[in-house]
Amino acid sequence: MSSAEVLKEESMVLQKKMLGEHFDTLSKSRENGRKVVYTFVPGNLNELILAFDLLPVHPEVNALQSGMRKLSGDYIQEAEKHGHSEDVCTYVKCDIGMLKKGNIGPTGEKLPPPDLLLLSYTGCFTFMKWFELLKQEYGCPVVMLQVPYQADGRITASQRAFVARQLRDVVVPALEQVSGKKLDEDRLRELLASSARAEDDLVHVWESAKHKPSPIDAYFGGVYYIGPIFTAFRGLPVCEQYYRSLRSEVDYRIAHGMGPTTPEGELRQQKYRIVIEGPPNWTSFREFWKIFSDEGVVMVASTYTKVGGLYEQGFRHDPDHPFETLAEYCLGCYTNRSLPTRVDILAKYVEEYEADGVLFNSIKSCNSFSAGQLMMLRELEKRTGKAGAFIESDLVDPRYFNAANIKNRLESYFQMLEAKRQAA
Amino acid sequence: MDCCYIGIDLGSTTTKAVFLDEHERIIGRGITNSRSNYELACQVAREEAEIDARFGLLRGKLEASPQIGALAEPLMAILACTYALAQHLEQLRALHAECRQLALAHALPADEMAAVERALDSIFAALERQAELDFFPGSAAASDFFRDLATSQYLKQAEQVTRELPVPFDRLVGLFDAAIIRVENHSFAGQYRSYLEFAAQRVAADGRFAAFADEIATAVGDTAEQRFNVLNIVGTGYGRLTLPFAREQIRSEILCHGLGAHYMFPLTRSVLDIGGQDTKAIQVDGNGLVTGFQMNDRCAAGCGRYLGYIADEMNIGVHELGPLAMQSTKEVKINSTCTVFAGAELRELMALGEKREDILAGLHRAIVLRAMSLLARSGGVSSEFTFTGGVARNQAVTSALQRLVAENYGEVAINISADSIFTGAVGAALYAKRDPKGVMADLEVSKLASKRPACAGGANCPA
Repeated sequence: MSSAEVLKEESMVLQKKMLGEHFDTLSKSRENGRKVVYTFVPGNLNELILAFDLLPVHPEVNALQSGMRKLSGDYIQEAEKHGHSEDVCTYVKCDIGMLKKGNIGPTGEKLPPPDLLLLSYTGCFTFMKWFELLKQEYGCPVVMLQVPYQADGRITASQRAFVARQLRDVVVPALEQVSGKKLDEDRLRELLASSARAEDDLVHVWESAKHKPSPIDAYFGGVYYIGPIFTAFRGLPVCEQYYRSLRSEVDYRIAHGMGPTTPEGELRQQKYRIVIEGPPNWTSFREFWKIFSDEGVVMVASTYTKVGGLYEQGFRHDPDHPFETLAEYCLGCYTNRSLPTRVDILAKYVEEYEADGVLFNSIKSCNSFSAGQLMMLRELEKRTGKAGAFIESDLVDPRYFNAANIKNRLESYFQMLEAKRQAA
Repeated sequence: MDCCYIGIDLGSTTTKAVFLDEHERIIGRGITNSRSNYELACQVAREEAEIDARFGLLRGKLEASPQIGALAEPLMAILACTYALAQHLEQLRALHAECRQLALAHALPADEMAAVERALDSIFAALERQAELDFFPGSAAASDFFRDLATSQYLKQAEQVTRELPVPFDRLVGLFDAAIIRVENHSFAGQYRSYLEFAAQRVAADGRFAAFADEIATAVGDTAEQRFNVLNIVGTGYGRLTLPFAREQIRSEILCHGLGAHYMFPLTRSVLDIGGQDTKAIQVDGNGLVTGFQMNDRCAAGCGRYLGYIADEMNIGVHELGPLAMQSTKEVKINSTCTVFAGAELRELMALGEKREDILAGLHRAIVLRAMSLLARSGGVSSEFTFTGGVARNQAVTSALQRLVAENYGEVAINISADSIFTGAVGAALYAKRDPKGVMADLEVSKLASKRPACAGGANCPA
């Protein structure tokens, strides 16, 4: 085994171990007297949850894992059997279906029921309804943080203060009640400082894609890279360790002119560099990825991998202002950005990462995120002069992934890029 | 031997082939229904294009003749339709033979079998008489697919004959359904010379051309054996991946339609293509290169197949839909976006007393509205606009489109070529010529041909 492969293994092995231990702890939470908080990825308050020694569960991550493990189709049908419409967000139905079928988590162990449902992001209206449904199922309390939309493309002082006040007055008391502990602010500051260090390393990893060849695939590889930091581990030493290890692997690849690792091996020939908007399809993740790697396409930047934070724009968790920094984090996630801001972000990616084109994978069952995407694409084409493409699939409903259609459109797109390049 | 480049567009409904010469001039076009067999459809379309190319050479020879000169035009028109007649008669006879064989295989009691034979004799005699009336220069029948023409006429005759003979209608339909597939798998390509000779004999009997009979026969003979040196071939369309093409020989239909439309109308900037199961809205630059596109995604309502379904629901041929809709005096609104539901809505409206032509006008408008939405999503219409694909032949669709484009984008030039169905194949042929990365041998014709039994010829041959 070459040293590169050993290096590659390290962060992946570590992440697998972290997840295994986390789900194991979750399955034993009842016997060990640990309390469980269900919460969502965008704007999650992981440091605060950990400061109370609570255990977080992320239902949308469970749903995407079920999608990758080919279980989501059954779960969705189960939810539909209980009366959920075909047009509802498939993450929700997958989660409800999983619950109805015994709530077995991604590692095969049973997930504990929540002691608290912590809704820290209200930009997605479906999240609210989702927890309303879970509240009925589990009969546990919900605490909700109102997060104002960044309509003007920036966070105002009053917005920050508004969210911080809710954290102090509503969220902390709720967490104190569930955990039976008082908030230890020093512990919170420690966790936030650790988060910032891991965030530095992650930014280094994202920006490595500016190299040619790119050492990472910022989308298909990127969804693994965000695993620890967007979920239960941000703030913990093991999370810092993961990003340090990932960073050194990426640096090794840069030093050796290597491309990212795909399921088919290293992507050496990088014909096209693409910026992508929208989550991947999880049920056919490998198949979807292969369409790109077969054509020598590398994703150099993606917005989906920023749903839990746009660190490259400078945000870091700040231990000196714990409530304000958490407020800013909740307000700043990608899904809370206005359409013009999203266009700005994407245009900047195209320029900075020297991309050949922009691709949108629009999600059929997600109205709130998909609305306006085609207009964004047109605007981006106009601004950057790069060719755009628009495809549609779904998060975890396998019925909405039509491989033949998607392949057909993408092939046309790649041929279009090739024709454009030859004509230039 | 003349050199050529071939583009093949394997659509879900029809398969098209185009031959280009070294100056990128179209020298042959061929089209056939895709059946459920792409290899065969590809082969047939290619043969048809080759025949068309030979016809082009024949026309050149006749026009160059000082004796024939100006008469070449009407002469070619008669030769072409008589050729099509010969082909049609040959296929009818093959169909008759297949129907009879299938009936024999059923081992019916002697009296029932005798009745079936008499019914078939009577039907096919009527079909042959009808063919003599249908094929004249410029007739629609001469350009229809054998399957479409034969189906509607056979069913009409079968209905009539069952009134006189003790044969169940269903039995005759069953025989036809099985036989037509077999006939479609016959190869009639080798009959070029005999069909043309048949045509030449007919022409010789025409007083205007009798004096040139020998010259015509010589020209026919000269072109009959013409072969083309295929320098490259590119496939596109829905079925392109099922063909034995190398990766370099495959282009997406979006690129091909864009380039093909630009070839036909160089000022084109937006292209709408409505095919059998795809609707594509494409934006191209000044060189015909695609800059953006949108396609129907989850549903194929509003495409050519939709019209086929509606035609079946109304028990008429697809080509009759447009002309009927044009007779509408009142617009009936169709709400269903689903093909199957539209069928139910159609029956409901008929029951409510709406006229067929008015319902059809509403259906055609519904198709265009769906296409308009895709067009808008692809970037709209800014300059010259070209409509391509099989559905562009439907007059009711084109007139609704013209109205809606004017309403939404103002007055822009809308191009609809008589050859619009070949747009994708033209684009593919241009890619074969301009980007010969994967220069290859021709399709493995021998391999394809061997899968296809040759026509019995001989006694059945009209010549």
